[in-house]
Amino acid sequence: MKVLVAVKRVIDYNVKIRVKADHSDVDLTNVKMAMNPFCEIAVEEAVRLKEKGVATEIVAVTVGPKAAQEQLRTALALGADRAIHIETDERAESLAVAKLLAKVVDEEQPGMVILGKQAIDTDNNQTGQMLAALTNLPQGTFASEVAVDGDKLHVTREIDGGLQTVALTLPAIVTTDLRLNEPRYAKLPDIMKAKKKPMDMKTPADLGVEVASKVSLLKVESPAERKGGIKVASVDELVDKLKNEAKVL
Amino acid sequence: MSILVLADLHEGQLAGATAHVVAAAEAIGGDIDVLVAGEGVQAAAEAAAKLNGVTKVRVADNVVYAHQLAEPLSALLVELADDYTHVLASASTTGKNVLPRLAALKDVSQLSDIIAVDSADTFKRPIYAGNAIATVKSDDALKVITVRTTGFDAVSEGGSGSASIEAVDVVVENSQSSFVKEELAQSDRPELGGAKVVISGGRGMGNGENFKLLDGIADKLGAAIGASRAAVDAGFVPNDMQVGQTGKIVAPELYIAVGISGAIQHLAGMKDSKVIVAINKDDEAPIFQVADYGLVGDLFEILPELESNI
Ligand SMILES: Cc1cc2nc3c(=O)[nH]c(=O)nc-3n(C[C@H](O)[C@H](O)[C@H](O)COP(=O)(O)OP(=O)(O)OC[C@H]3O[C@@H](n4cnc5c(N)ncnc54)[C@H](O)[C@@H]3O)c2cc1C
Ligand SMILES: Cc1cc2nc3c(=O)[nH]c(=O)nc-3n(C[C@H](O)[C@H](O)[C@H](O)COP(=O)(O)OP(=O)(O)OC[C@H]3O[C@@H](n4cnc5c(N)ncnc54)[C@H](O)[C@@H]3O)c2cc1C
Repeated sequence: MKVLVAVKRVIDYNVKIRVKADHSDVDLTNVKMAMNPFCEIAVEEAVRLKEKGVATEIVAVTVGPKAAQEQLRTALALGADRAIHIETDERAESLAVAKLLAKVVDEEQPGMVILGKQAIDTDNNQTGQMLAALTNLPQGTFASEVAVDGDKLHVTREIDGGLQTVALTLPAIVTTDLRLNEPRYAKLPDIMKAKKKPMDMKTPADLGVEVASKVSLLKVESPAERKGGIKVASVDELVDKLKNEAKVL
Repeated sequence: MSILVLADLHEGQLAGATAHVVAAAEAIGGDIDVLVAGEGVQAAAEAAAKLNGVTKVRVADNVVYAHQLAEPLSALLVELADDYTHVLASASTTGKNVLPRLAALKDVSQLSDIIAVDSADTFKRPIYAGNAIATVKSDDALKVITVRTTGFDAVSEGGSGSASIEAVDVVVENSQSSFVKEELAQSDRPELGGAKVVISGGRGMGNGENFKLLDGIADKLGAAIGASRAAVDAGFVPNDMQVGQTGKIVAPELYIAVGISGAIQHLAGMKDSKVIVAINKDDEAPIFQVADYGLVGDLFEILPELESNI
């Protein structure tokens, strides 16, 4: 089956972000960008499905500015066969991204779509679920295990109380949790080969999708700073402080 | 304004999170209905009717809603949503699974994890692992929102059961997804999200067996036990114990971090705790930058002493 993987360009997870002085947004100038960690896991899962002979072709797709092609090249180096770049400099929020991805699903007819469970910038955790709604497909979110069983997909999900396994008809939408797999690193020869793999360019207009959203970002602030406290010298002192100063014991 | 709150269930019972979501609904203002959907959920509906501020409880009791699968729950919500200006759920794994699907079916955006209500259409939510707080305004006719429970104090129980309970007889079809099994952690301890005290262990604990060192302290303090991602990934403890950006968000009165370095992804899940204690052998560990009380030393010596001193 064909597997479609959605990857997003985000700030590197090690970077400490700063809010702009005018509070309009966070400052992303000259900040190191990378593939969203959950999307790396999505690509890895697709590659493993191909190694198992379940997936026959892997198509990576992103919505974002020209620079997001870097993340598509990474996906290609990791094992995707071709890529689709939907180029926009606008702030495309989850619903718009899901609508664009739904058009790609319509064109490509994949047997499975794998997305990250959340993007570590906006922390929304919604795009996969929205895509499932728009394509009228079942969803297996926060997956820690994925197994094709005949015409069904078994997805083990990380839920608040533990683990839940659901069986889904195919095609299906999967979103990845952290423990689904450990992504590999791209090897140099694969990075070189990736440069020659095909990449299609489209715009939201080509797909007939309006990117503008009814949600506006009014302000971005830093959270209340926690002031560092003190170091105590012993367990006795700690217990004393907790009882008599903080009064939490 | 009229608001529908999707109740959170835990093994068929009303979960504590719902009282926090009702508090968020009160901050928006208007009539508040609670939807309890599942199989055999009459007791949960009665518990929801006791929550202060609730106008009406709507119960959809049918096998198709058992296990809270996203496909039937979102289809049910689509049927009900037109009566409301807002649909709210907690940012639990159920809320996060179902509400974005509802939003897309209604062609509206979804706001995730709100921590404050500025007005009926303007909300605050953390982004970048809580390192920035965004104020966002939604002009959608229907607002679909998940609520971070730590942002809102739970409403109390009126006890009178004054809200009416009404059956919803909408039964949707679901041929796309089916429940296979569930492995739920069994624990006598309070749930992480609602505990007054949380004690968490990290990679420094060394192995799963050593987590027993936290048990005695947790027993004495009535605490829930949490963990860092490194401890979960290493297989010391199960995934439902993970605290952080991509695990549970907690804000207890007292949070004790043991053998945890303090990565931003971990801090995102606990830095709103009232008092933070860190126990770590590395006096440079970043966790000390957010700790009210830091104790530098070997956890294997400190924990037994702490247990006997409290
Ligand atoms: C060019 C550009 C600039 C932006 N600038 C800002 C800004 O300045 N401030 C701001 O607050 N927001 C900005 N956004 C919007 C924000 O990034 C969107 O909310 C986001 O694209 C939607 O995904 P999410 O983070 O909500 O996804 P989630 O639902 O958290 O992500 C889940 C998964 O969905 C998939 N996915 C999500 N987005 C994409 C994508 N673009 N392409 C492919 N797969 C995807 C990935 O698999 C991801 O792991 C910008 C977006 C773009 C494209
Ligand atoms: C996308 C993404 C999402 C993530 N989400 C989360 C999340 O939700 N939650 C989370 O926790 N992490 C998350 N992480 C992982 C995070 O970046 C860190 O790797 C993780 O929190 C580290 O766990 P730790 O502090 O237990 O381990 P380490 O960083 O290895 O720290 C162990 C600490 O134990 C101390 N120690 C060791 N032995 C002793 C001893 N005998 N006595 C006292 N102290 C001792 C050491 O000094 C050290 O400070 C995420 C990462 C990514 C990329």
